[in-house]
Amino acid sequence: MKKRANALVLILSFIILMISCKKDIRGLEENIRQFLGFEKPEHFPEPAYHFDTNPVTEAGFKLGRKLFYEPRLSRNNTVSCGSCHIQSSGFTHHGHDVSHGIDDRLGRRNAPPIMNLAWHGTFNLDGGVFDLDLQPVVPITTFEEMDETLDNVLEKLRTHPEYPSMFREAFGSPEISTARLLKALSQFMVMCISSNSRYDSVMRNEAVFTAAEQAGYIVFQRKCASCHKEPLFTDVSYRNNGIGIGFNRDPGRYEVTLDESDRYKFKVPSLRNLKYTAPYMHDGRFYTLDAVLDKYAGSMTYVQNIDPLLDKGNGQYGIELSAEERVQLKAFLNTLNDEHFVRNKLLAE
Amino acid sequence: MKSIIPSLLACSLLLAACKKEKTEPVFDEKNLAPLSVEFDNIIGGTNLYLDNTTYTNASGEDYTVSLVQYYVSNFRMYKADGTSYTVPQDDSYFLIKESGPDTRFARLKVPEGDYNRLVFILGVDSLRSTMDVDRRTGVLDPSGGMDDGMYWGWNSGYIFFKLEGLSDAAPADGSGQHKFRYHIGGFGGYNAPTINNIREISIDLTAAGEAKVRKDRSSNIHLMVDIGKVLSGQNTISIATHPSVMFSDFSVQIADNLAGMFTHDHTEN
Repeated sequence: MKKRANALVLILSFIILMISCKKDIRGLEENIRQFLGFEKPEHFPEPAYHFDTNPVTEAGFKLGRKLFYEPRLSRNNTVSCGSCHIQSSGFTHHGHDVSHGIDDRLGRRNAPPIMNLAWHGTFNLDGGVFDLDLQPVVPITTFEEMDETLDNVLEKLRTHPEYPSMFREAFGSPEISTARLLKALSQFMVMCISSNSRYDSVMRNEAVFTAAEQAGYIVFQRKCASCHKEPLFTDVSYRNNGIGIGFNRDPGRYEVTLDESDRYKFKVPSLRNLKYTAPYMHDGRFYTLDAVLDKYAGSMTYVQNIDPLLDKGNGQYGIELSAEERVQLKAFLNTLNDEHFVRNKLLAE
Repeated sequence: MKSIIPSLLACSLLLAACKKEKTEPVFDEKNLAPLSVEFDNIIGGTNLYLDNTTYTNASGEDYTVSLVQYYVSNFRMYKADGTSYTVPQDDSYFLIKESGPDTRFARLKVPEGDYNRLVFILGVDSLRSTMDVDRRTGVLDPSGGMDDGMYWGWNSGYIFFKLEGLSDAAPADGSGQHKFRYHIGGFGGYNAPTINNIREISIDLTAAGEAKVRKDRSSNIHLMVDIGKVLSGQNTISIATHPSVMFSDFSVQIADNLAGMFTHDHTEN
């Protein structure tokens, strides 16, 4: 009888163990599925964004994502943020030198990527916007982009069947205000992090460069890294990279500072995801990476405010690049393409 | 004799009332009473009328006005002894619109007392211009449209002053109208110094009547704002030469003119 009881206890405890194990597995699955919010990649610097006044929550992020892909942000409900910032193109407007917005009106600059913006303190190619929260005002109200007013957008969202409840989940009440609209969009944008390229794997010691990639990395560090600073591959400064004045004589950062020494300067673009983001430069004038490298390595002439780093000191401008170095450099740049970023379902419509 | 008594009584009552007026309450920052500042837009010696009235500037150019809007903010009141009171910033932003008569008052609450100087900013201070979007509510909400909006999206910052109208002196724009547009802003730059078109206005109330602020009445400081000075102030602006002035070095010349628009007409106590 005692033996039997012991066996029963044993069986019982085994069952309990099984159940608790199952529970553990379930808990683990939930954890994996759980929204993790903004997480700084280990090898990245501290972000510039003010998370203290706008922490990323799951509800806020989901609302921001819906708004990012929401054509009601435009005057006639045809253009969303995602129209010109396409995820599969690294959140740029692939194949367009300058973007077309509402009614196919053409802008004057190339759509910059929505990528790693949490580490940027100023926005747009001229840095005229100094808070990510204020950035969406530009495309929404610009004649060539969405040509809408924020007031109208707020009205459209207030009468929409889903938005009031989404705002309540995100911010505690269904009220839809300018600040909430902009902060939700920021919550989505700061989550657009590209940190899973082959380069990143190498930095995390999960992979090693091939010989060609490694040689290219050294070329990069010697000849490119002072402006295209790791790990963002931009120092988020404004420079004139010597490509010459464009057809529209776009004065770049000068328009913001009215400082002659800023004329023809634009934000240094990141070198991440070049595979998906052609064409290149502020006006999209170069359709291939080779065209860009041709410019740097060859036919560069003096232009007002050309970056001193391009001054070879002998009256010539550009970057010395041998044929071999060029092949190596391209091998390295190829390691900066982040397939995970352009396919990440979390960021998709 | 009989008839003298009531008039004597009235006289003494009047005297008593006068005497009462002169006793100024003790300054107490918690003892707040209403005070309004009225911005009455004029051009020269006449009232400002939108659209239908033709005015002439110092360059001899005829023009009509279709839109006048400006921010006034950061109000501070001074007493004769130098004591001052700064209206809490969150309650100190007003957008005056010629098209909305109700907007011509900046309604404040200040401690009871007699004030002989008023100081405010024409525009929005640099601190508020760079604050979190949560702190930009009411007239500072950047949600207005291109037509009546007072915010530059592309170059984050408020438009402090807007004047638009028609003049044959202005070249035809894309829409075929001979329109002039003056949008004046610029708080000095966020991370790179640039133009600062914020202007502090200081108005002496002594001559035309100091403000006697008490709880049982509402004192109103009536200012005249001569919009004609925008083009014909310390700097003479020609519509033909500068039909459109926005964010540019030249805008500073107009900002300097804006500072001279305000005069104190009288105070209703």
